[in-house]
Amino acid sequence: MNVLYGLYQPDEGEILVDGKPLKLRGPSDAIAAGIGMVHQHFMLVPVFTVAENVMLGAEQVKGGIAGILDRRRARREVAEVSERYNLRVDPDAVIEDLPVGIQQRVEIVKALTRDVDLLILDEPTAVLTPQETEELLTVMRSLKAAGKSIVFITHKLGEVKAIADRITVIRRGKTVGTASPTASRDELAAKMVGRSVRLTVEKPPATPGRPILEVAGLVVDDDRQIRAVDGVDLTVRAGEVLGVAGVQGNGQTELIEAIMGLRPVLAGTVTLDGQPVHGWSTKKVLRAGVGYVPEDRSVDGLVKEFSVAENLVLDIYDRPPFGKGLSLKPDAIAKSAQERIEQFDVRTPSADAAVGTLSGGNQQKVIVARELSRPLKLFIAAQPTRGVDVGSIEFIHSRVIRERDEGTAVMVVSSELDEVINLADRIAVMYRGRVIGIVGPDTPREEIGLLMAGITPDAATEAAAPAADAATPAPEGPGSEDEA
Amino acid sequence: MSTMAVPDVAVAQVDEGFWTRTRKIGAVLLALGVLAAVLFGALATDQQARFTLSETEGGAALEIHGTVGAILFGVIAAAAGAALMAGVPKRWFTVLLGVGLVAFVLSFLCWQVSAAPEGRNFMPLVNIVRGTFILALPLIFGALAGVLCERSGVVNVAIEGQLLMGAFSGALFGSLSGSVWVGLVAAAIGGAFISLLLAVFAIRYLVDQVVMGIVLNLLAVGITGFLYERLMQTNAEKYNSAPRFSNWEIPLLRDIPVLGPALFRSNIFLYLGLLLVLVIHIALFRTRWGLRTRAVGEHPTAADTLGVKVLGLRYRNVLLAGVVAGIGGASYTLALYSFTKNMIGGKGFIALAALIFGRWSPTGALLAALFFGFADQLGTYLGAIGSSIPSQFLAMLPYLATMLAVAGLVGKVRAPAADGKPYIKG
Repeated sequence: MNVLYGLYQPDEGEILVDGKPLKLRGPSDAIAAGIGMVHQHFMLVPVFTVAENVMLGAEQVKGGIAGILDRRRARREVAEVSERYNLRVDPDAVIEDLPVGIQQRVEIVKALTRDVDLLILDEPTAVLTPQETEELLTVMRSLKAAGKSIVFITHKLGEVKAIADRITVIRRGKTVGTASPTASRDELAAKMVGRSVRLTVEKPPATPGRPILEVAGLVVDDDRQIRAVDGVDLTVRAGEVLGVAGVQGNGQTELIEAIMGLRPVLAGTVTLDGQPVHGWSTKKVLRAGVGYVPEDRSVDGLVKEFSVAENLVLDIYDRPPFGKGLSLKPDAIAKSAQERIEQFDVRTPSADAAVGTLSGGNQQKVIVARELSRPLKLFIAAQPTRGVDVGSIEFIHSRVIRERDEGTAVMVVSSELDEVINLADRIAVMYRGRVIGIVGPDTPREEIGLLMAGITPDAATEAAAPAADAATPAPEGPGSEDEA
Repeated sequence: MSTMAVPDVAVAQVDEGFWTRTRKIGAVLLALGVLAAVLFGALATDQQARFTLSETEGGAALEIHGTVGAILFGVIAAAAGAALMAGVPKRWFTVLLGVGLVAFVLSFLCWQVSAAPEGRNFMPLVNIVRGTFILALPLIFGALAGVLCERSGVVNVAIEGQLLMGAFSGALFGSLSGSVWVGLVAAAIGGAFISLLLAVFAIRYLVDQVVMGIVLNLLAVGITGFLYERLMQTNAEKYNSAPRFSNWEIPLLRDIPVLGPALFRSNIFLYLGLLLVLVIHIALFRTRWGLRTRAVGEHPTAADTLGVKVLGLRYRNVLLAGVVAGIGGASYTLALYSFTKNMIGGKGFIALAALIFGRWSPTGALLAALFFGFADQLGTYLGAIGSSIPSQFLAMLPYLATMLAVAGLVGKVRAPAADGKPYIKG
């Protein structure tokens, strides 16, 4: 898609627009050819107003060579486009004050004011609540009605089926087939992975035992000393999966980091199997029998330049059989690495390959393999399948459930509602640093979605209007890394 | 790609309690005011403290009894602090803080001037204002160079080197050609030369910009020092006797009391500096170039996806910064002094502080530069009237002011988000 928008140059092949071949030297060529793009990570200057962001690069100026900006005209243009497609965007609002859903509409306005005929939306729903996603689909329908073409990139099968007229499946940089929106989910998933995939995890009913993790009145600040977790109470029992749902940035990250000893606990307690662990170092927490899959594997989970084998012993390299005194035991490390590569189906050229060269799914499997190789009381997995292909998701999910069935307390934090619903025995929804509700996995998606938006059931009973096409849980597809 | 637009949906505002930032500053101001009233009041004599509106002792003057003045202004400062503590509307904050600080300085001056020996117990405001601007001038140019660079996302620690190179080439080529204008152009090119190195290494080769800036400063000291010893010291007549811009009097404006004689009978550099502040301010916030510059400094990827040429714009801005700083360097050698080794003496770094203190805005940088210039001028003045404060402490004044300003009063300044981060496409 970045090639289509002129950001990357193609090595081979050509792009045809209206039947004519097109050479794109940069994004401005793409815009001139009527191609607009809404990037997965928004391309908005946070300190600028909506109007400034929209006019950037295509400024209307007056006053000759001085190039004085014609702000009034830019504001009017934003207002017009916003009006025409019912986008409800205020031209004078500053981007960083706007919620994500609105920021995305600013991106759409930006493309529309440039008179594009083709709009590329790259994973637009990854950062949205279910309600915002619904609104986006409505906007897309009105754009379609206005004669615009849309390329909608997503790995969420439910959304594809809800909006698409035609579906093209891409796997590892190749088109592997097309499908109609009436195709079943299983059919689509199979095309995406290249074999048939089980989309829902089969799990026997949980048999919860004694409480393992107890969090009470937890208060934590984020990096900017702003309250992120504001009095959270949670219990995870042995042999159950507690899912933590919520839109990104509602304190989930800080909650886990506080449990893991990565972030100071300002108030409240964290108890592991009856023993208070707040204030402990991360190492001590890990040694106490906690497995941890951090949410961003490229930052926290792996040392990318290290080999697969080395990454597999990052937690226990200093203990027998891998280390003794000051020295490491390379043979023991290599042998155990080989076993675990097979056990966890890590696709790597060798145990000595740098972990950074593996695909996202296989990197994640390395982390999961490392964490699950210790005897655990508690397993915390944050965004365990972000940017991971469908095949690996299937595998990771099955390992999570197996861990639960072996009597470990499991906590899965994910911004993918489908994943939470799929895995969890109970779901805690976080909103603005608090657990706003704890519900069962059979709760309708809409209700959980409303909780994620901060609307509690009492207030929600009137508001919840079930949307049929989004009612069933949909699994994830290949992550963006495999598609780019 | 690191600056994603993912806002924190869940930021609960921190309750600061009673001791907000405003209250803390108010408390400090209150304490300072009380201290001034008591201490300066006690130290001041019962002579008159005269602030004359001219360059000499004579003429119209503002007069106040030394002890009374010191106590009165101390009380005013304390009152401003108390008002801040009592909780006033936000828009009053700057005004009250300004009033408080000015009153504190006036209280201090009442003591110093009244305690000065007979015949020197007056303060000629024209000289003070003029001196403030002259001492602030290299800071103004330097800070503007910083604005141009850093707003587009390139950290400019090389201001010192750019000023020095400008001063040197202005002196050298001014002397050789015998023309101030040739000197001025050469100074601009000299500054741009340092900038070019910064741009190429920072933008093309992704060298750490702060390290690069420091290296360039050392390079400028080295080159100019070597050539100074080889050429200028041996044959000052030929190489280090640049002509100087004469003072231009501006009709009408020169007749304004105090400001007229202080500012509008000055040389081209002061006019140019003030004009540049205005022009760059308007350009930065009102024009296409400014919008693109700020976008590239905040979120270069976003600008790139809209067809803005990120690297080209950065090159241009960094070079322009060199031109501005080069001219600033020439404000020494083509107006005031002949070139001496390392003559900028750290002003480039104070300019950097002025840039930060002025929150990366041209007008803010001007005010910050004037603040530092005033501290500098005050030190000189107090030395001249034989102040009881040791001269070493007076010489520390501008640096002390720099430290306090940058560390304390600024609060939350925010640099352009992509400042110092090289842009790598894709």
